[in-house]
Amino acid sequence: MKNERKRTFLLITIPILALFVCFNTIPLIRGVIYSFTNFKGFGSYDWVGFRNYIDLFSDARVGKSYLFTFKLAIVSTVVVNVLSLILALGLNSRIRAKSFFRGAYFLPNILGALVVGYIFNYFFTYILPAVADMIGIEALSSSILSNPSAAWIGVMVVCAWQAIAMNTIIYISGLQTVPEDVYEAGGLDGATGWKQFKYLTFPLIIPFFSINMVLCVKNFLMVFDQIMALTKGGPAQSTESISYLIYNNGMSGGQFGFQSANAVVFFIVIVCVSVAQMKFSGKKEEQL
Amino acid sequence: MKDMVNKKVNTPAMILLILGLSTIIFPLYLTVVIAFKQPSEMTNSISGILSLPKVWSLDNFREAMEITDFWHSLGNSLLITLLTVGLSIAVHSLMGYALGRNKAHSKFYSFVYLFIVSGMFVPFAILMMPIAKQTAEMGLANWFGVVLLYVVFYMPMNVLLYSGYLVNIPMALEEAAKVDGASTWRTYWTIIFPVMRPMHATVAVLTALAVWNDVMTPLIVMAGSAQNTLPLAQLNFQSQFGTNYNLAFASYLLSLIPILIFYIICQKQILNGVVNGAVK
Repeated sequence: MKNERKRTFLLITIPILALFVCFNTIPLIRGVIYSFTNFKGFGSYDWVGFRNYIDLFSDARVGKSYLFTFKLAIVSTVVVNVLSLILALGLNSRIRAKSFFRGAYFLPNILGALVVGYIFNYFFTYILPAVADMIGIEALSSSILSNPSAAWIGVMVVCAWQAIAMNTIIYISGLQTVPEDVYEAGGLDGATGWKQFKYLTFPLIIPFFSINMVLCVKNFLMVFDQIMALTKGGPAQSTESISYLIYNNGMSGGQFGFQSANAVVFFIVIVCVSVAQMKFSGKKEEQL
Repeated sequence: MKDMVNKKVNTPAMILLILGLSTIIFPLYLTVVIAFKQPSEMTNSISGILSLPKVWSLDNFREAMEITDFWHSLGNSLLITLLTVGLSIAVHSLMGYALGRNKAHSKFYSFVYLFIVSGMFVPFAILMMPIAKQTAEMGLANWFGVVLLYVVFYMPMNVLLYSGYLVNIPMALEEAAKVDGASTWRTYWTIIFPVMRPMHATVAVLTALAVWNDVMTPLIVMAGSAQNTLPLAQLNFQSQFGTNYNLAFASYLLSLIPILIFYIICQKQILNGVVNGAVK
């Protein structure tokens, strides 16, 4: 009887594990192996040791893509969390047609990032400059997507437009865990408005805040579709995210080996950021 | 009485929320009006772009459908999404069950569990180049390869969800069936699988949304197969006919309609699924 149970579990686990190893672990290992070669994606190749990794640190384009990606991730995460927290407070207050509003504000999240990017691309290229011309804002009268120092803001807006929907829903479910009598008790002690938020509401929804931070940072660091739809990394490579650079130069630019090294470093960065975030948010929750 | 109810409504919040809604409606409005217009109606002024079309004609949609081979792309997207969701529910719940029931007392299973769940940290960027090579070598550079890859990519998240949910299902439930002489396999399908229904809904929603909107995997794997998914069709369309905005927007709108219909019908399940998946 017991053996039958053990055998069934093994028969379930082994084939599924094999599938996982085949399409996750083996490609991962192959990626690491390619990173030590000068493979172009076709033909023969030689071992080059750590040369790719050494070149990586002196490559201006790679450095620029890391700077851009982190700038985008940090700014977007702050913007998204502030806005979605405000939105969640509004959607959780006493309003009419609550479920309609919640449904409508979540809508951006279900739409494909690529098509959303194309629609915003048009908006930034034609609508925004025309509006800026009409009301006389000189700085916005040409497309921000063609301005190397401002294009990242366009990417940020599109990322935020979709991510706010997701984070708001999570904050709302957090706010719903705060019992009404906490506010009543706090009200007696004079905690209203900003004070109520700072000392009562926010500490109680910190777990949801951590979830949103982790979700945001991870998604923004891996940004790809929005770049593809909005700027294709331009202008002057100012919006080239790490994933886009790896795709573009690795798949068709003949840098298969070099970009594999880039991807390995990116993988290590993602793991470090995730572990740091988990440690940090774990500590914060303990204090409460 | 009516006054009291009115007093309770937070009017400033209401007004701000209605104003804020314009940021969501405006891009969609833009898409709809441009999709219905003819290029000649698009003057360079804002009013020319944003006014309602003179005639609501479906010509743009007809043409866009032809160029993007809409029905084929839609069929491919539906096939890939439905198959991935079905396989994910069956395979990931089984794996979640096997690992969840054994990881507490077996080193092997707890290792496999950690091994699979840590797959969540692997960015697609590092897998994409080897996977493009590998799927081509294995003859899987097609929709079926894409499905297999999705089943692997969403395994870490879904196994985590399922084995987490399993903690709440008492062993006594299984033991009762065992006394009746049912095998473990049978017990799973007749007792555990139905009990996990709320988690199936969450997994289905999360997987379906992610798969339906994904561009990268089909782009890498199916590039040479002359087959498109709906997002991939937009990408190819953009690079060929990107300057005819009316046609392009008709095509974008077409690609958004299926998911919008799905959202309107299953809004509650989708919202619940997304929250459950994120919070757990």
